[in-house]
Amino acid sequence: MQVTFWGTRGSLPTPLTGKAVRKKIVNALVKGAGRNLDTPEKAEEFCSKELSFAEGGTFGGNTSCVQVDVGGPDYLLCDLGSGAREFALAAIGRHGPGKPQTYHVLLSHVHWDHIMGFPFFIPCFIPGNRIVLYSCHDRMEQAIRGQNHEPCFPVEFEALGAKIEFVKLEINREYQIAGTKVTGTPQLHGNASYGYRIEKDGKVLVYTTDAEHKPENKKEMDRASAFFKDADLVIFDAMYSFAESVSIKEDWGHSSNIMGVELCQMAGAKKLCLFHHEPVYDDQRLEGVYDETLRFEEITRSGPRLDIVIAYDGLILEL
Amino acid sequence: MDLSETGVGDAMLVAVSGRIDLSNADSFRDGLSAAQAKTGGPLILDLSGVDYISSAGLRSLMIVFKAGKAAGKAFGIAGLQPLLVEIFTISRFNQVFPLFGSAREAIQKLAPDSLSAFDAR
Ligand SMILES: [Zn+2]
Ligand SMILES: [Zn+2]
Repeated sequence: MQVTFWGTRGSLPTPLTGKAVRKKIVNALVKGAGRNLDTPEKAEEFCSKELSFAEGGTFGGNTSCVQVDVGGPDYLLCDLGSGAREFALAAIGRHGPGKPQTYHVLLSHVHWDHIMGFPFFIPCFIPGNRIVLYSCHDRMEQAIRGQNHEPCFPVEFEALGAKIEFVKLEINREYQIAGTKVTGTPQLHGNASYGYRIEKDGKVLVYTTDAEHKPENKKEMDRASAFFKDADLVIFDAMYSFAESVSIKEDWGHSSNIMGVELCQMAGAKKLCLFHHEPVYDDQRLEGVYDETLRFEEITRSGPRLDIVIAYDGLILEL
Repeated sequence: MDLSETGVGDAMLVAVSGRIDLSNADSFRDGLSAAQAKTGGPLILDLSGVDYISSAGLRSLMIVFKAGKAAGKAFGIAGLQPLLVEIFTISRFNQVFPLFGSAREAIQKLAPDSLSAFDAR
């Protein structure tokens, strides 16, 4: 199973600003001063060896879209945030626009940041394509149709060339989707949200974003950790700091790195991926959160080590 | 986890030791709330004997902190071991609670009139 992250930001797209780019350039030039970086090869080597991820790159700013590749003929995606555009360009670039494809999409919920890529999802416009949208959310169809509608968007849903289907999923039931086994679970989030456990050939991916976890609620903690049980990868909503999530941002429907580590430890999961990044955080800040999360895992570890990664637009993980 | 309370002048000093996690976070919260109810002054927690606190324990602290704030009672945490300092920093609880190096420092700051009572213990 291969997992590709096309959009990893929470709430709304967050482009890197010119000011931030300039800051990175200035920092790199100062660090590289006197190093004779007079060829692209030397400069490239310097960037990859001596600059941190945040200094030499960016986490990206597209909203939630994750591709799951299990080697079958069809595509499988989780959410259609603004990252879906990049995915579609890559997919069409791979096999050309003339070759019809089937795209299966699991929608966590229909908040704007998770569906805003749909109106710009090029496969929708191409006759012969089939797009199947799945969700436990009971207003998926209404939200998707409503988005492709005047006066907010000039192309009406009915005018789209592809064959578009909606499949309402029941919670806690197993479905076969794009060659995988999928189970949905309800999550604590305004207007409802659902997590998905995706299994194939003994590998388990849990996609759980836009979910608040109350640490004092033992029953719900147990339920979440049972859903994450022995997962190879848990893509987790770590938008807030833990203190925010139990104080000023309590009941805002998001979770923290601390809860991600604790739940994955309870579940015996192998890898945690911090996801749905706070738009206010810049690259430096996200890198800091990542380093702290590694340390938190280390000081709270009582069993096997939990591997931790932080998502960025373009990250590919092999399970 | 062990919890022992001592009235010190106006302040209530609660010394906690052991490990605070999901299994005892509720009794931790209840113990602190009871101690808080017994004083009109600040509640000061001496956590120097605590070697681990999980998210559930931090959440209990938040509940008691908020209740104190609503009742106009100060709240302070003293004597964190280095590991707990890290947990408070990573969770950002260090930005929520007033933290003190020792119980004496906390008394001096939050209940200066009770300092002589503290020293006379
Ligand atoms: Zn979201
Ligand atoms: Zn949402």
